[in-house]
Amino acid sequence: MSIWFRNDNRLPQGRLAIVSYIIVGMIGVLLLGFWKLQVIDSDRYGVMAERNRVRSIPIIAPRGRMLDRDGRVLVDNYPSFSVLLLRDDAALVEKNLPAIADGLGISLDELHDQLNNTKALPKFQPIVIKPEATKADVAFIESHRADIPLLEMLMVHRRRYLPDGFMGHASGYVGEVSEQQIEASDGKLRPGDFAGKTGIEKQYNDMLMGTDGMRRVIVNSVGKEVGRLSTQEAIPGKQITLTIDYDLQQIAEQSLGQRPGAVVALDPRTGEVLAMVSRPTPDPNDFAVQVSKEEWKRLNEDPLHPLLNRAIQAQLAPGSVFKIITATAMLEDKVPPESFTTFCPGYATFYGRQFKCWVYFAKTGAKSHGVTNLHDAILKSCDVFFYNVGMRLGIDRLAYYAKKLGIGHKTGIDLPSEEPGLMPSPEWVEKTFHRKWYAGETISVSTGQGAVTTTPLQLARTIGGIASGGVFKQPHMLKDAQNVGEERFAISEPTIEKITDAMYGVINEPGGTGGHLKLTGVELSGKSGTAQVIGYSTRDRLAKQKKFEDNAWFVGYAPKRNPEIVVAVLVQESGQHGGEASGPVVRDIIKTYYDKKAKKNNGQYTVELEHHDLDGDGGKPAVKTAPEPAAKPEDSAKPVPARVASVVAPH
Amino acid sequence: MKDAPGTRDYDWWLLAILAAICALGVIEIYSATHGSALAGMHMKQVRWLGVGLVLMFALSRLDYHLILDQAPILYLIGVVALVAVLAFGHTRFGAKRWLPVLGEFLQVSELVKLIIIIVLARFFAEVQSDELSLRDLIKAGLLVGLPLGLILKQPDLGTALVLMPLLVVGAFLAGLQWQHAAIISLAGVLLVGSVFFPPVSKHILKPYQRERITSFLHPEDDAKGSGYQLLQSKIAVGSGGFWGKGFGNGSQNQLGYIPVRYSDFIMSAWAEEQGFKGVLLALGLYMALLLRLVQNAQRAKDRAGMFLVMGVAAALGFHVLVNVAMVIGAMPVTGIPLPLMSYGGSATLFVFLAIGLVMNVRLRRFVN
Repeated sequence: MSIWFRNDNRLPQGRLAIVSYIIVGMIGVLLLGFWKLQVIDSDRYGVMAERNRVRSIPIIAPRGRMLDRDGRVLVDNYPSFSVLLLRDDAALVEKNLPAIADGLGISLDELHDQLNNTKALPKFQPIVIKPEATKADVAFIESHRADIPLLEMLMVHRRRYLPDGFMGHASGYVGEVSEQQIEASDGKLRPGDFAGKTGIEKQYNDMLMGTDGMRRVIVNSVGKEVGRLSTQEAIPGKQITLTIDYDLQQIAEQSLGQRPGAVVALDPRTGEVLAMVSRPTPDPNDFAVQVSKEEWKRLNEDPLHPLLNRAIQAQLAPGSVFKIITATAMLEDKVPPESFTTFCPGYATFYGRQFKCWVYFAKTGAKSHGVTNLHDAILKSCDVFFYNVGMRLGIDRLAYYAKKLGIGHKTGIDLPSEEPGLMPSPEWVEKTFHRKWYAGETISVSTGQGAVTTTPLQLARTIGGIASGGVFKQPHMLKDAQNVGEERFAISEPTIEKITDAMYGVINEPGGTGGHLKLTGVELSGKSGTAQVIGYSTRDRLAKQKKFEDNAWFVGYAPKRNPEIVVAVLVQESGQHGGEASGPVVRDIIKTYYDKKAKKNNGQYTVELEHHDLDGDGGKPAVKTAPEPAAKPEDSAKPVPARVASVVAPH
Repeated sequence: MKDAPGTRDYDWWLLAILAAICALGVIEIYSATHGSALAGMHMKQVRWLGVGLVLMFALSRLDYHLILDQAPILYLIGVVALVAVLAFGHTRFGAKRWLPVLGEFLQVSELVKLIIIIVLARFFAEVQSDELSLRDLIKAGLLVGLPLGLILKQPDLGTALVLMPLLVVGAFLAGLQWQHAAIISLAGVLLVGSVFFPPVSKHILKPYQRERITSFLHPEDDAKGSGYQLLQSKIAVGSGGFWGKGFGNGSQNQLGYIPVRYSDFIMSAWAEEQGFKGVLLALGLYMALLLRLVQNAQRAKDRAGMFLVMGVAAALGFHVLVNVAMVIGAMPVTGIPLPLMSYGGSATLFVFLAIGLVMNVRLRRFVN
């Protein structure tokens, strides 16, 4: 055992003292470090700690439902789950993006796009990366809560429309808001929000859309919710009642069938739209989640233009329906006098050019209308008579009356993107084509051919207004609309009498073009129209391709004077006369209207209003379900079945 | 040799300081774990403290000169144990550090720290001149270098680093010459610099070590790794403010944002819940502990005792410095616990055994 290092008491006291100072200095420096974090930068770290701890999850407000005039549900919601991405931590998001893309079956590029598009939003605000979570998605999110603490599920309310595009064009559809919409909304809309894109959904978006709420929850470090701080409930959107009558809408949809065309039914006394159909139509349910780019492209490129609401956007020559306007102008101006008659040999020659009457091609082989007066000319829709009337009236007077009666300008219906149609005039050709008006054009226009175009809604309003003695109510879809517009154009009583008599005769007198439409007990009146898509002569030259076939119109109303209902029907390129193709649709709707009215008067008709709330337990899966089929025609009086789906817990 | 020293000769002040630090540790371990699956951990820590206390008293009874006499054998045991760990050690958290002893897994490197303190004390005590020659300095370096290399191999950078201040403080007190000090400092700067310089660190550091270095330098690049840990620790400390959020109220602590909040990052949890005032208390206690150790060294009977006590002071001081600096984000994550506050069996036993050595020296200061 070595002993020599014992009792060696040379201690380096100086250096030990230095070590003491170093210790004090070290503790002092560490304390300075704490001082910086805990006193100087404390607020900043406090905010960061709070952001760690608190997660804000939006509570989506349900959109207001749409009811028909009797309170039946036309459009409502069903609950579903969206996948949210929390973006507070950009590096963490970037790192996990491939795993998320893989797990949810979204392409990485698409995720990057979505992140780029929402860069401007505050970081703490999560974004929707998949609008409709499948069961597999839910399982993925739940099982990766710890390693991918970035995904959250959000309960949303999806729009549910009646199937097969029922009333689809009128209701419109919702979709993710566009950048323009966000800019125009004064901060009310944020990316990822759903808002009305077309139709009533767009028109009354502010009413239908509620105010989203917010749930502030405490989450732990693996993203698990461990507590709740506060809840700001969502304010649901307002429910709106439409003027639409489910029963009439139903029969209109069925009667038009799948033929391209449109139906508008109005109550001319109030301007209420009772039914509105346009074919072809996309199913708005397809838009309620997210329409794929391919689908959107297909819809846009479809030659039949399924996205066009023909009821308010198809601008087509009205054909012989226009003769009612020519006739009104003639009677009011007394040019030519009321007693004016013509002989119709099947054609007429003006300025060395032959203008054919439709009777020349008629299947009956009659080739001639003989001598006609105004009443007969309307009944039989004689073109030659109106060619002559138009020649004598001149385009200026014709245009004056047409515009006063509602042609060439919007009706002002509460739907977006209504088209005005066109009433041509010498000023118009001057302005548009920089040429003079050809006198021959007046001849075409006086029978609703040539450059004159109208929408089905316009024709319904015009004919309804004339039969109502020159009172034109603004068409509208919202039941309790305030300040409904009204235009009045004084038409003399004898004129109205003669015009309405003639239109009554179209259906109820022998020789009328709508004789097959007669309804016992109903003063069904109307006027057919068959607008040439191209001139008769051109058509003769070309093979009879369907594309070049005529547009069939029929505008009917009842009763004969001061009608309660007016229906305009367009069937496009049917190859049939207006009375044949469109007339039955008008008759079906008006018949249904009167049947329902009779039942109501007898107390046989009752509408059972469903009672359901959106939180009910309907037991439907949250994943997209086809809405239940609407009532069949036989039991159209039955209310639309309740279509409430319940939330399936995401576990 | 006269009678064995009496109880009055123990450093009761030192024990009081230790007890206070342990109390803070147990309180914070309880706060950090009581609501989680780890509940009850504070009682386990109390058990370790009890065992440590017994070992401390046992070690203090044994004359440190006898221990120093056995230094070569202890050194051999230490090296063999380290080799054994590498050969049959139990792997936890990706590193071979544990050997099963008495049904618990002990970190051999903690024991080795103690052995190196003893070996260096013996070595420096044998230096007879007042100035440390370069020859002796290199010898001391080699003495530390062998176990250091073995510990790095586990890999356990933290414990390996702790051996460095033992050498530095020992050499300094043994009369390190200023020019040697300058050279060593330069070498140290180069070493640290190379660790932070990727082309070099590629060859000398493990991937996880390099990752810690990069995430320390660029925490935002590694949001969920050790950069995240440092950031969360800073958030916890900073959000505590001056007064703290209160016992059991630290959201960073309670919701698990602080990594290993009951062990390496316990200071973070403490700072969040107790605020700057709590930090002042804790660091004040550590300063008192270290200064008390230096005082014991100053009053040691001989050079050997002084080196023993200062070796302990160097080890504990380095632990406090590196751990606390990590908690405030001023140093990378190294896995060095905070003595007596962090939960951990081996580390606690090491501290108590080390304090046992200090008591040993103190008890014999008047004995002759």
